[in-house]
Amino acid sequence: MLHFAPILAIALMLGPILFGLAGSLAPAFGYLPALGGQDVTLEHFSRLVQIPGLTQSIWLSLSSGLITTLLSLILVVMLISAWSGTRFFAMVQVLISPLLSIPHAATAFGLAFLLAPSGWLVRFVSPHLSGWTRPPDWLFPNDPQGLALIAGLATKELPFLLLVTLAALPQVDALRNARVAQTLGYGPMASWIFAVWPRLYRQIRLPIFAVIAYASSVVDVALILGPTNPPTLAVQLVRWMSDPDLQLRFLASAGAMLQLCVTLCALGLWWLGEKLVAFVFILSVGSGRRFKKDILWRWISAGLVLAVILSLLLGLIGLLVWSFAGFWRFPESLPQAFTLKSWIKQIPMLADPLLNSIGIGVLAALIALVITTLCLEQETRAGHKAGRGALTLLYIPLIIPQVAFLFGLQLLFLLLGWEHSAFGLLLAHLVFVLPYVFLSLGDPWRHFDPRYGQVAASLGGTPWAFFFHIRLPLLLRPIMTAAAVGFAVSIGQYLATILIGGGRWETITTEAVALSSGGNRRIIGIYAIMQMLLPFLGFALAMALPAFLHRHRRDMRPNTH
Amino acid sequence: MQKESLSACGLFLDRITVSLAEKQLLSVSLTINPGEIATVMGPSGSGKSTLLAYIGGFLAPEFTATGQVLLDGEDICTRPAHERKIGILFQDPLLFPHLSVGQNLLFGLDKDIKGKQMRKERVCDALQDINLGDFFDRDPATLSGGQKARVALARILLSQPKALLLDEPFSKLDASLRAQMRQWVFDKAKAQGIPILLVTHDQDDAKTANGPLIDLGQQS
Repeated sequence: MLHFAPILAIALMLGPILFGLAGSLAPAFGYLPALGGQDVTLEHFSRLVQIPGLTQSIWLSLSSGLITTLLSLILVVMLISAWSGTRFFAMVQVLISPLLSIPHAATAFGLAFLLAPSGWLVRFVSPHLSGWTRPPDWLFPNDPQGLALIAGLATKELPFLLLVTLAALPQVDALRNARVAQTLGYGPMASWIFAVWPRLYRQIRLPIFAVIAYASSVVDVALILGPTNPPTLAVQLVRWMSDPDLQLRFLASAGAMLQLCVTLCALGLWWLGEKLVAFVFILSVGSGRRFKKDILWRWISAGLVLAVILSLLLGLIGLLVWSFAGFWRFPESLPQAFTLKSWIKQIPMLADPLLNSIGIGVLAALIALVITTLCLEQETRAGHKAGRGALTLLYIPLIIPQVAFLFGLQLLFLLLGWEHSAFGLLLAHLVFVLPYVFLSLGDPWRHFDPRYGQVAASLGGTPWAFFFHIRLPLLLRPIMTAAAVGFAVSIGQYLATILIGGGRWETITTEAVALSSGGNRRIIGIYAIMQMLLPFLGFALAMALPAFLHRHRRDMRPNTH
Repeated sequence: MQKESLSACGLFLDRITVSLAEKQLLSVSLTINPGEIATVMGPSGSGKSTLLAYIGGFLAPEFTATGQVLLDGEDICTRPAHERKIGILFQDPLLFPHLSVGQNLLFGLDKDIKGKQMRKERVCDALQDINLGDFFDRDPATLSGGQKARVALARILLSQPKALLLDEPFSKLDASLRAQMRQWVFDKAKAQGIPILLVTHDQDDAKTANGPLIDLGQQS
């Protein structure tokens, strides 16, 4: 039975993607008998390219994908090169891990509240410094250039890329290599960039690709922060997909193929960029220049990273303040009174979306966890390390744009009669939950001391006795963390929930994004806080339960392992 | 006649070779009688621990091995590790950190001893035996290095192995404790009347063991 676990995992992750892509491809070329599409035709593509503003939409998607990734990567490179091993760096690490678990939509709302013309930043400087007594007339967020979208995505992806890089540091023996370069007279930052980053970059390449793909095709953040007319390509596609005129589905499907091409194009451009940087690198690495004076750059990197963290935190605090705000006039920095009115009014409405979110999240996390542990157990027993290929498989769901296959999947589920079913929704969530649970649990599992298993076997313990009595309890903490990661990923799903679940499964996230156009900040604040609260509770449980169960076992505390 | 009784009882390593990527690491033939401690010596990287892994049944897949391991006359190479009845003691005590001292011993205790009360009694007796009488509910993390090593040996012996493999079990102990622990482990193990195979790079270990000796360092 254990042998089937990896096959099941691959089928659950890649099956919906392959069938979904096929399901988008057929209508894109005109074939969808249910809607009267019998003939294979290029007509929908030619309609697509004539849509006004399409070029702008494509450009927005491309630029947000590439610029977002470039900005957050530069910040990560600068921060790690300048501050690794310092107290400041440790502080940044502590601040950034919880930020990662917050759903994208919630951070986007927080930033929108902070940066809007009537947001906190403007209020802080008004009226004394700026002279404004009324909010300035800026279109921000939702500016037509997509700057707010890029800023929002870059701040949110920074914690992700930073944590991924931190996890890769030990694999390249980073600290010692950097020290060697420093003893050769290179400046601290140059030491890292010359001696560590070339190999470090290779370790984080797949996560970077995932960020590019995500940022070039995201829907929820683009709805909240992005331009509206024309919007990014992905948002435009969702509009067509949800249009009552079913004929627009052909157009949306053709657009889904276009989105796939745009994302692949972004990845291709990035690949070219990699070649260019490598070329420049080879030229400069042998030049002998030491770049000793980097103190200014070090402070700049610290300032930028602090600004990002601060804006994320302030945004989140802003959500909280708005949800309790009574009357709040511009340009005052705080409301005149705090009240529970908004909460009391919303609580009855919150119950259903909360239950849906928790139910789907817990189920998806548990299923993913069981499959993941069985796969890893199979890998351990077979004695083979999963190769590079397996890792690439895990990243496929994170690199293929969601819109591209979710459209087709929705159509397929429609034909199968699974539309709006909990089962279908769970399948769609698992596509994204499984890889994250896998990525989270894989490292701790593989670093588990194999001699425990050998001792248990030499004592006569069967492999399953070892699995249940020794391995699972000893790995309880990373297992719970992986489950919490899976839960958080499920909570954050917007597009999968709205497309596959239809209107039947309202979750906190779909409700929050739906509210974004209404602009009622108090209610948006409440929903965004619930969005943050759910993953937070998951992680709190993941820390508390092992601590409680193993409270009498000193070596089971996190710092000793 | 003598020869026959030797191979029927005890541990017999029959022309064992272990190779890594076509390169042969070692080649060993060895007979260990019940109650006897044989020593395999060699520098690190000579494949000592790999030999134990092969006998114990958890050789990593990158290695290939040939040869028979006969335990009391039966070839055990085809059996999975947990059905070989071969106990192993590593450098580290490897007490399961989420279990109490007593639960660690219960995990080791042979499954043929039935009944909750009976099992607990056996474990308590074993604890008395190693002078850790009231340690049943203790957290293994609170034990000293020597105490942990004693519990680890008691755990192995409770599983009633038919042979014992010792993988440099004293190398991480303080010099003052080492000689004492060594004598104690050897006495306990010999008292079981089972064959014991020790791998070490410590001359004193080999001398005290006072049994057959193979030096992998001088072999090739």
